[in-house]
Amino acid sequence: MNDTVNPEQLKIPAAIDRLDTVLDYVRTCAGRAGFSPRRITDLVLAVEEAVGNICRYAYPGGDGEIVIFSGNDSEGAFSIEIADGGVPFDLLSVEKPVFEGSLSRRKSGGLGIYLIRHMVDEVRYRREGQCNVLSLVMCDRTKRKGRSPDPRSDSGDKHPRDAHNPSGAGL
Amino acid sequence: MDTEKVGDVRIVRLQGRLGEVSAPQFEERMKDFIAQGETRFVVHMGELEYISSAGLRSILSTAKDLKELKGALYLSGITGAVKEVFDISHFSDIFKIYGSVSEALEAIGNNE
Repeated sequence: MNDTVNPEQLKIPAAIDRLDTVLDYVRTCAGRAGFSPRRITDLVLAVEEAVGNICRYAYPGGDGEIVIFSGNDSEGAFSIEIADGGVPFDLLSVEKPVFEGSLSRRKSGGLGIYLIRHMVDEVRYRREGQCNVLSLVMCDRTKRKGRSPDPRSDSGDKHPRDAHNPSGAGL
Repeated sequence: MDTEKVGDVRIVRLQGRLGEVSAPQFEERMKDFIAQGETRFVVHMGELEYISSAGLRSILSTAKDLKELKGALYLSGITGAVKEVFDISHFSDIFKIYGSVSEALEAIGNNE
């Protein structure tokens, strides 16, 4: 299946080998929107986690698609929306992982969702028809919401939760 | 990913992203080195743009393998987005992290 790209939308098969296409698209959209290189890295990492999750779990035993949208909401915040027609999954329902101290006791489950929620300013989820729609919202072009522009001075966790995103997306 | 051997220490330099695609390749390569009897590693991340959860899992898995063999996995050059991911995931608490490859090599040498 061919990838379908236009300035606001990218449609690809849900396969890890298409990840670079998605990340290039996100990088281009965020760059065009004026984000700093570090903020683009934050967003690209979050998108990689989200798309990787869909490729692994959304379509058990079958093929599926992912549609990526980019745009601005009514308040001017930039967002990447990721839609899939797979198993219903609200990643906002996943608890923060427990970080055990020692190497031997450390587990790695739940890290990807934790990173998504840390890297972008806001995460929204909605179920729209037969689709999961995840919105990764970026408010500030140069620094993360509530954080210093210098990442070396960042610390702590945040877990934004939000309900409904009025903008439309679907497969 | 570039590698070189200094004494009995394998230095692995990572570039780009350690994520969904590259992390399994990294982990496989490390398993190959370990299967060949190598147990002492410095993994340099100074040229990484970022590390994802898949990358963290590959580091964790490799470290657990080496711990069983009483080997050593030292990390160096962790800055920027990579450092942030290490810090928020508390991986910084469980790994030996150094500023440069030479500092990591010196520390490995001191722990012989």
